[in-house]
Amino acid sequence: MSVQTWTYILVGLTFALYIGIAIWSRAGSTKDFYVAGGGVSPLANGMATAADWMSAASFISMAGIISFAGYDGSVYLMGWTGGYVLLALLLAPYLRKFGKFTVPDFIGDRYYSKTARIVAVICALIVSFTYVAGQMRGVGVVFSRFLQVDINTGVIIGMIIVLFYAVLGGMKGITYTQVAQYCVLIFAFMVPAIFISIQMTGNPIPQLGMGSTLNDGSGTYLLDKLDGLSTELGFNEYTDGSKSVTDIFAITLALMVGTAGLPHVIVRFFTVKKVKDARKSAGLALLLIAILYTTAPAVSVFAKTNLIHTVSNEEYSSMPVWFKNWEETGLLLFDDKNNDGKIQYVADTSKNELTIDNDIMVLANPEIANLPAWVIALVAAGGLAAALSTAAGLLLVISASVSHDLVKKVFKPNISDKAELWVARGAATVAVIIAGYFGINPPGFVAAVVALAFGLAAASFFPAIVLGIFYKKMNKEGAISGMVVGIVLMLFYMTKFKFGWFGGGTPADWWFGISPEGFGSIAMIANFIVAIGVLQFTSAPPKDVQEIVENIRIPSSAGEATGH
Amino acid sequence: MSKKQKKASAYWKENVRYLFILLLIWFAVSFGAGVLFKESLDAIKIGGFKLGFWFAQQGSIYVFVILIFVYVRLMNKLDKKYGYDE
Repeated sequence: MSVQTWTYILVGLTFALYIGIAIWSRAGSTKDFYVAGGGVSPLANGMATAADWMSAASFISMAGIISFAGYDGSVYLMGWTGGYVLLALLLAPYLRKFGKFTVPDFIGDRYYSKTARIVAVICALIVSFTYVAGQMRGVGVVFSRFLQVDINTGVIIGMIIVLFYAVLGGMKGITYTQVAQYCVLIFAFMVPAIFISIQMTGNPIPQLGMGSTLNDGSGTYLLDKLDGLSTELGFNEYTDGSKSVTDIFAITLALMVGTAGLPHVIVRFFTVKKVKDARKSAGLALLLIAILYTTAPAVSVFAKTNLIHTVSNEEYSSMPVWFKNWEETGLLLFDDKNNDGKIQYVADTSKNELTIDNDIMVLANPEIANLPAWVIALVAAGGLAAALSTAAGLLLVISASVSHDLVKKVFKPNISDKAELWVARGAATVAVIIAGYFGINPPGFVAAVVALAFGLAAASFFPAIVLGIFYKKMNKEGAISGMVVGIVLMLFYMTKFKFGWFGGGTPADWWFGISPEGFGSIAMIANFIVAIGVLQFTSAPPKDVQEIVENIRIPSSAGEATGH
Repeated sequence: MSKKQKKASAYWKENVRYLFILLLIWFAVSFGAGVLFKESLDAIKIGGFKLGFWFAQQGSIYVFVILIFVYVRLMNKLDKKYGYDE
C-alpha cells in the first residue's frame, strides 16, 4: 500500500477514536467541564498532562531545532522537563489542596482582590492565544504534506475535530482523548527512532544508540563522526554550542519557570482526587514526557548525519523522491549558486545552496531513512495527535477564563451552573474560531511569540503563585505590582528586540548579554524583588487569608475542587 | 501556639528542608553539570558521549524524573508520620 493510503487509514482511525471517546465522556456539569469531575486517576492524568504538554513544537519541531543547534538545543530539553520538578515540588500539591477550578481563581482568592484576578485572566489569555495559533498551523502543515489537501482545509478539519470534543466534553472529554492521543503520539515518535537507531548503530534503544559506534564497521562513535562532518562543512562542533554560557543559563531558567507557570499545565492538577495523587501524577507526567524528550536528541543526531550523507556534494538530479516532495511544500529550498549541479550544504551563507526548515527533520526522517510506508503515515497521525491535544487543553483554559473567571466571578456572580456551562461552551467555540483564523492567516509574529509565551508566564504567574504558598505575609499590593512589573518588563524587552519598538536594538545591546528568549528569568527576578519590596510598605494580608495559606500547606482532607 | 499549629509548622519545616535538598540536586545536574561546568566535564568521555553534553541532553532529564519520585516517597512518609495521610 502507498504512503497516501496508509495515512488516510491511520489518521481516519485515530480521529474516529477521538470522536468516540468524546461522545462517551460528555460533560454534564461545570465541574465535569472544568476539572473532569475531579476524579481522574494519577496515571490517566499523567498521560493527559503529557499529551497536553507535548505540542506540535515538541513532536515536529524540537528534534529539528536541536539538529541544527547542537548543544545549544539543550535549553529546550532541560527547560521543558526541569520545569516539572518545580511544578511537582512547589506548585501542584498546594494548588490541588486549594481546590478551585482555574489559576486566576487562586490568584484572586489568595490575594483577596478582583484586580489581581483580572490581571491573572489577562496574562492567561495572552499566553494561551499565542500558543494555540501555533498549534492550528501545525495541524495545517501535517494535512497539506501528508493528505495533499490545502493548508487552510487542513486547519478547518482540525478545528471541527477539536470543536467537537472540547465543546461537548470539556475537561472530561479532553482528558480521555488526551490519554488516547498520548499513546498515538509516543508510538509514532518511537517507532521510526528505534528503526533508525538499529539501522545506524545496531542498538535498538535510541538513547544509547546516540552514544554508540556506527554500524559501518569503522568503529567511529556517531557523535564524533557528526562533530567531524559539522566542522568539515564550516559549522560549529555539534556537541559544542555557539551561545554564551550566560544566555544558555537564562533561557533554560526562563523555560523551566515558564513551564511551571503555564495555566494549561497547572490546571491539569486540579483534576485528581487527592494531594498525594497530584504529586504522583506530576512524576508520571514527567516520566512519560521524558520518553520523548530523551529520544528527540537521538533523532536529531541520526537525522542530521543521514541528511549530510544524502545531500552533501551529491548531484541534484540524483536526489530521492522525498527531496522533491518537500521542495513542493517550500520547506526545502535548493539554489544552485555555482551551477555545478551538485548540492553544497555549508555554513558559509554566500556559498550554501540548501535551505532546510527545522520541521522536516522529524516529518521526513522516516523517508530519508527509507522506512516502510506505514511508519511514515504513523508520523502524520502522531503529529496531528500532538497538535490537537495541546490545542484542546489551551482552548479549555481560554473558555474557563471567560466563563468562570470573568462572567461568574466578576460580572454575574449568581449565574446558574447550567447557564455557566453554556457560556463555557460558547466561549470555547469562539476561541476555536479565533484560533482557526490565526492558523489560516498566521500573523508574522506568531512563531516569534510562542517561544516568548514562556517568558511571559515566568514573569507573571510563577512568582505570584510561589509567594502565595511559601510566603504567608505576601499581600495583594506586593503580588499585583510584581505581576504587572514582570509582564510589562517582559513585553517591553520582547517588543524592543523582536519587533524593533522603543528604538529596537541588536544582540550587542542585549542587557547582560541575555536574549529575549532568556529574559523571562530577569523579569521573574524583577517580579520577586518588586513584590517583596512593596510588601515592606503595605499592610499584611487579613487573618482569614493567612489561614488559607496555612491550610493549603497541609495535604489532608483536600475536599473536591469547587467553583465557590 | 496550639498543639495543632505546632504540629503543622513542624511538618512544614521538614517539607521545606526536603524541597531545599531536592532543588539543590535539580540545580546541580542541569545548570551545574549541563551548563556552568559543561566545558570541563566534556573532557571526560563515557562511550561516545562527552559527559557535559550528556548531562545537558540526557542525564539531567533522568535525574529530574528520579527527583520527583523520591519527593513523592519522602512526602508520603512524612504525611504518615504527622498523620496527614488519608
